[in-house]
Amino acid sequence: MLTLPFLLASASAAKPLVSASPVDFVIIAIYFLFVIGIGIYLKKYTKTGDDFFMAGREMTAWIAGLAFLSANLGALELLGWAGSAYEYGILAVHWYWIGAIPAMLLLGLVMMPFYYASKTHSVPGYLQLRYGPATSGLSAICFALMTILMSGVNIFAMAAVMQVVLGWPLQLSIWVSSIAMGLYVVLAGLLSAIFNEVLQFVLIWLGSLLIPILGMIQAGGWAGLKRDIAKNLVHFGIGNPAVVAANLKASGIEHPTSVLKNSSIFGTSHPSTYTHAWSTLGHFSANPMGINWIGIVFGLGAVISMGYWTTDFLVVQRVMSAKDLRSAKMAPVIGAGFKMFVPIIVILPGLLGLGLLKTQLFPQPIVDAAARQGHVLYSYNDVLPIMLAKYCGPGLLGLGITALIAGFMSGMAGNITAFATVWTHDIYKPMMNPKASDRHLLAMGRWSSAIGILVSVATAYLVMKSNSIMDYVQALFSFFIAPLFGTVILGMLWKRTTKHGGFWGLLAGTAASVGMWLWVLKQPGALKYIALSPHAQPMAADMFRALWSFILVVLVTVVVSLATRSKPKEELAGLVMGCTDIPPEGQYPLVHRPIFWAAVISVVFIALNLYFW
Amino acid sequence: MTKHANSIWFLIGLQLLIYGAIVEGVGLWELANPPTHKTALAYLHPAIWWGALLLAMGLFYTIRFRPARTLKD
Repeated sequence: MLTLPFLLASASAAKPLVSASPVDFVIIAIYFLFVIGIGIYLKKYTKTGDDFFMAGREMTAWIAGLAFLSANLGALELLGWAGSAYEYGILAVHWYWIGAIPAMLLLGLVMMPFYYASKTHSVPGYLQLRYGPATSGLSAICFALMTILMSGVNIFAMAAVMQVVLGWPLQLSIWVSSIAMGLYVVLAGLLSAIFNEVLQFVLIWLGSLLIPILGMIQAGGWAGLKRDIAKNLVHFGIGNPAVVAANLKASGIEHPTSVLKNSSIFGTSHPSTYTHAWSTLGHFSANPMGINWIGIVFGLGAVISMGYWTTDFLVVQRVMSAKDLRSAKMAPVIGAGFKMFVPIIVILPGLLGLGLLKTQLFPQPIVDAAARQGHVLYSYNDVLPIMLAKYCGPGLLGLGITALIAGFMSGMAGNITAFATVWTHDIYKPMMNPKASDRHLLAMGRWSSAIGILVSVATAYLVMKSNSIMDYVQALFSFFIAPLFGTVILGMLWKRTTKHGGFWGLLAGTAASVGMWLWVLKQPGALKYIALSPHAQPMAADMFRALWSFILVVLVTVVVSLATRSKPKEELAGLVMGCTDIPPEGQYPLVHRPIFWAAVISVVFIALNLYFW
Repeated sequence: MTKHANSIWFLIGLQLLIYGAIVEGVGLWELANPPTHKTALAYLHPAIWWGALLLAMGLFYTIRFRPARTLKD
């Protein structure tokens, strides 16, 4: 039987996962100096509203593309998905491949020309032009509120991670990160945020890449890792409730049956389910995620990822800053090329943890239950810091920690810059001060960034008082993504869509999404109706909720549009396919064209999915 | 905009150069004074070759995108 070295019963709960040396602190301090220095340096180039909100619309395809990806590559993403890879195996890779690549290519090749041709400042700005103030206002207010709350959740999450990983006090992390980020965002807005995001992108890769390199050397390649994972699954008793319960009891932990009952730790035990991406998706009960291929392909690939990558202004704003249409189309394509390989620094460390660690990691509820009994267990989300400590000594550890901090900062700055733009251009200007001058809007952008950061910090303190707020905020954000995609894509592709159709469709889809979430919250058994299977797990609920709300948006929008009068064709110029003369990209050789690289990426995308089938 | 684009790559190069020097220095120090607590695969001296990689990348970007050259362009 397993002797449970992982329980570390004698360890103090406050003991940090890694121990940083002075040289690591020097590396972290240099990072903060650089990010603040960039803000100070760029302030002189930020003289107009366009400079502050759109980075002057002068970014090259590479810079816009890397910032586009970096704004999404937050530390919560790194830690969370590495943990998910430990929990669910290679299935987590779908959030990087089918859950990203097609949507990013759609944004670049199909949707960007309309965003770019309309010369709008934001996604709600596009809705204003296409559907009018009601739809735009609904979208802008929801987005601004959720963005600022998400920023607060990010700040708290960073502080909590730094406390667990390094033992830093929560207050210190909250204020140091907020002040540093606040300085560079308030000084130079999106321009400074984009500069820092490119820098952060490089640091995230160079700080994280050593883990998979050394891990794969230790495992002996992919074949060796698959053998190690199979061995550890048996050793830890994953999929075997009797072994896990006995192991916990042997170490003095009374297993909380209610907590363990629905845990993925008791899911499928066959090793191949952790190393195959598609072959186990035939049925909900055949994989540790409790989902099927319909949920992945249609819920994740066709709705959630399309919604996030094409309508979430946090990421789309980076692409809108491109200097010309070719760059705006190329930026998401470049982002997709890099996104395809992000699993190397996120998913692979999780799989390596599952195969190589002699310490078992657990779902958070089990860790919490053990903590109440005075024992220390580590959760899935700790896998990345544990792997960092395993392979990285002084200096390299500092680089790895800097990568995590950089990830958090890019996520927070993304939220704040998007909030400032939507607040200033889609709420303040149209609803409160239509005659505001450019200079006034620039000042409003700076003030709203500063106030947004303070509200975020206040949210972080609220989350500190009650952790469940974090779950609600994250759930709230997911309510709007799928319905908004339905509204935007119908508006772009179907000229018959009317302003009433857009508004009522968006409202119905959002309300349905909230309703389904509340239904499952109050009555967990309702999940089987939403996901169409009694074996569905919570991950499937998100996918199917998105799918149904999207379908409802389309139905309501189409029915109401057909019953109401649409705008004349000339008013839809620049906004809708078939009514818009897309400006030419210019004469470029084949290797400089977005369509060529989109084709290359599509081929690699298909090959990767087949290889890991 | 070329001015901005070049300055960002220059700054990235500068930071990699500084980080490379620090990591390389730590790697060489540990080669001469092996630490008592060793990380997994420490015998491969990852700090030395990773530091060298950062230094090489840092040198390339600082030279290729140095401000003097940008102004001349």
